[in-house]
Amino acid sequence: MTTATLTADHGHTHGAGGAATPEHQPHHTTLGLDHRKIAIWAFIGSECMLFISLISTYLIYKGKSLVGPYPHEKWTDPNTGETFNAILNIPVTSASTFVLLMSSLAMVLAHNAVINRTGKAKWWLLTTILLGTGFLGFQAYEFTSFVHEGLTIKTNLFGSSFFTLTGFHGAHVTVGVLWLCTLLAIDLKRGLKPEDGLIVDLSALYWHFVDVVWIAIFTLVYLIP
Amino acid sequence: MATIAMPGRVEAAAPARPAEPTGVWSWITTVDHKRIGTLYLFTALFFFVVGGTEALVIRLQLMKPNMGIVSADMYNQLFTMHGTTMVFLVIMPLSAAFFNYLIPLQIGARDVAFPRLNAFSYWVYALGGVFITAPIFLSLAPNGGWFGYAPLTTTAYSPTLNIDFWVIGLQILGISSLAAAFNFITTIINMRAPGMHLMRMPIFTWMSFVVQFLVILAFPVITVALVFLLFDRFFGTNFYTIAAGADPLLWQHLFWIFGHPEVYILILPAFGLVSEVLPTYSRKPLFGYPVMVYSGILIGFLGFGVWAHHMFSVGMGPIADSIFSLTTMLIAIPTGVKILNWISTMWGGQIRFTTAMLFGIALVALFTMGGISGIMHSSAAADLQQTDSYFVVAHFHYVLFGGAIFGIFAGVYHYFPKMTGRFLDETLGKWHFWVFFVAMNLTFFPMHFSGLLGMPRRIYTYDAGQGWELFNMMASLGAFLQGAGMLIFFYNMWRSYRQPATAPADPWGAPTLEWTIPSPPPDYNFAKLPQVTSRYPLWDEKGREAMIQHRAGDRIPSAEELHIPMPKSTAKPFVVALFMTCMLASLIFLHVEGMATVGILATIAFALAMVGTLYSWLLSPLE
Repeated sequence: MTTATLTADHGHTHGAGGAATPEHQPHHTTLGLDHRKIAIWAFIGSECMLFISLISTYLIYKGKSLVGPYPHEKWTDPNTGETFNAILNIPVTSASTFVLLMSSLAMVLAHNAVINRTGKAKWWLLTTILLGTGFLGFQAYEFTSFVHEGLTIKTNLFGSSFFTLTGFHGAHVTVGVLWLCTLLAIDLKRGLKPEDGLIVDLSALYWHFVDVVWIAIFTLVYLIP
Repeated sequence: MATIAMPGRVEAAAPARPAEPTGVWSWITTVDHKRIGTLYLFTALFFFVVGGTEALVIRLQLMKPNMGIVSADMYNQLFTMHGTTMVFLVIMPLSAAFFNYLIPLQIGARDVAFPRLNAFSYWVYALGGVFITAPIFLSLAPNGGWFGYAPLTTTAYSPTLNIDFWVIGLQILGISSLAAAFNFITTIINMRAPGMHLMRMPIFTWMSFVVQFLVILAFPVITVALVFLLFDRFFGTNFYTIAAGADPLLWQHLFWIFGHPEVYILILPAFGLVSEVLPTYSRKPLFGYPVMVYSGILIGFLGFGVWAHHMFSVGMGPIADSIFSLTTMLIAIPTGVKILNWISTMWGGQIRFTTAMLFGIALVALFTMGGISGIMHSSAAADLQQTDSYFVVAHFHYVLFGGAIFGIFAGVYHYFPKMTGRFLDETLGKWHFWVFFVAMNLTFFPMHFSGLLGMPRRIYTYDAGQGWELFNMMASLGAFLQGAGMLIFFYNMWRSYRQPATAPADPWGAPTLEWTIPSPPPDYNFAKLPQVTSRYPLWDEKGREAMIQHRAGDRIPSAEELHIPMPKSTAKPFVVALFMTCMLASLIFLHVEGMATVGILATIAFALAMVGTLYSWLLSPLE
């Protein structure tokens, strides 16, 4: 483990107390898998409970807001007579969902490019990063336009639960983008080799997970009125 | 196999065992799971003294009617911090001490899967513990109960900083538990010695394995509940604002979906320790090992389906009450199976009544009593009479003190020679046990009666003439007797520290892998990785001869001599933990008059420092 592989703790060599493990040869483990692969799955399992809790709260509070604006229907303020449109903009969010889904495709191609040495890894990583950033851009646009339309995190239960849920998802996408930028930097510095497939795979698992969570949010929050 | 073959000329001059690093810096930078386990043990014992002192002040205040030792507000802080401390800063980390020390040794590994992440977990725990405990000296400690029910804990009803410390402190501690859980899950799945398939795993490791899954599935739920509360308090959201239409039960549901699995997170490691202790001192394999494993898994599984039995009195309606009554009765079955299997393990065995064994047997008895009062609560009708009374206080102290703490002390006496190479004195140990056993029952048994006579929980004083005086006096005397028991224990540790290390590899004739290596083990644990052929390798015919890697007087070679690559010591996990704790702690300033900007800037600065150090950590090689 000398050169700058992105070494999360690499586990202790498990081989009998003989010579040190040769570089890049996978450590002997019970399942034959790298420790980090197991840890990331455990992490994703834990993250599932995080998003289940957030989404459940959103659904429990659906229709419970005492004042508008509301997600799917118009609302007229009885005190001022001011009318607010339905907040959610499904065409725009459908576009941002498409962008995020395409980023998963680019991620798969980036991983493929690394393990098959096609030399295009940096382009696919860059594509994934740009699509992820594009999704974040859509979210920033969405958040600011909602605020202009009169919905903030303080307005009502819908605002609190909506911004917290989608904000947490956006924060996860941001972490993913930073992670992919790190991989891109490594690739530009020394080139990702097939032996680095694992570290790309780890980020890909995280990236796809965040994508799947968005599909759940898009369906439950946006599409079902 | 008596000795490890070594070049002769080195042997002559070299010391009997490799020198251990010393000094504060060596502890800050250590990534050795055994040293981290030791840090957990001593830090948790420190917080045990803190939480115990809080309990003693509570008992002093309640000793007689209308006492005025502390104010009502300080009393709120004391019972909140007593509960929070004992759950998050004592029992969980004491269990973590054993996870750290024992899991790699029991599965025949040289460390955990991610040694630096392990150090990070410890430091987050230690710093978070200080953060949540220290405010009591300013009368700013959390004061909303260990379960912090919202909306009581929202700004409208708790405007001061007390609850802010609690919310942020628990978030910090949650990160520690989660990081540790990912680490141990990976370690147990992926680092078992050749031949150790799952059904040969020592039962402590099994119970720890179940606990890690409970942690990774339960902690995110309280994280979300705390994030909502944090946002409500700091950013004006409405999650717990009833006037905005919020559900008054949202917090209770989220908290107890975490909180009930948490109960099993506290008790299952103690069950695991006792399942190692009872067979050893009965000289019999654990009765019904597979059933013990399955019942542990079943307890973990059902533990997610019983949470609302904490909420029978809030008016969920007959259907929900009935379902949660049934699931609660159901979870008693695997727990009862464990009790019966422990008794059957001892049945017909050659029992040695060592201190560890006494604590182990006491767990079986005391947990059964706590379990029976638990079954009483499972009936929603009966629970309505008992809820929020001292009867419930009696119940959960029987399971958590009589259960978890007694189990952990069984583990401490059993594993002390392995961890230190020294024995705890058995006579003093027995004094400790009997004082503890009598004191425990003197403290908590009368609470059943004061509870049934109507004494509510969490009141800071009471009037005479309600029939509670005698029971409160007994409980207070018992509590101080427990304190005396702890003094005996600490004296015993100090005494043992001053004595020479004489413990052999397997002082108790125990059957599992951790007893094949020197006491205390060298940094690499196993000079030669074991080949496992059965559940109790040291009890196999000839297994003892074949497996034990160290005999009295054998020289212990260093890792370099054996060419075993060891992870480098590093302060990076500590620094990341420090920056992360400071980052979250800085949020407090948002609620201090005129300091909001400072708080935001500090949070951002610490966040950047944390990310920078994290990159430095991840890009530096382990070995």
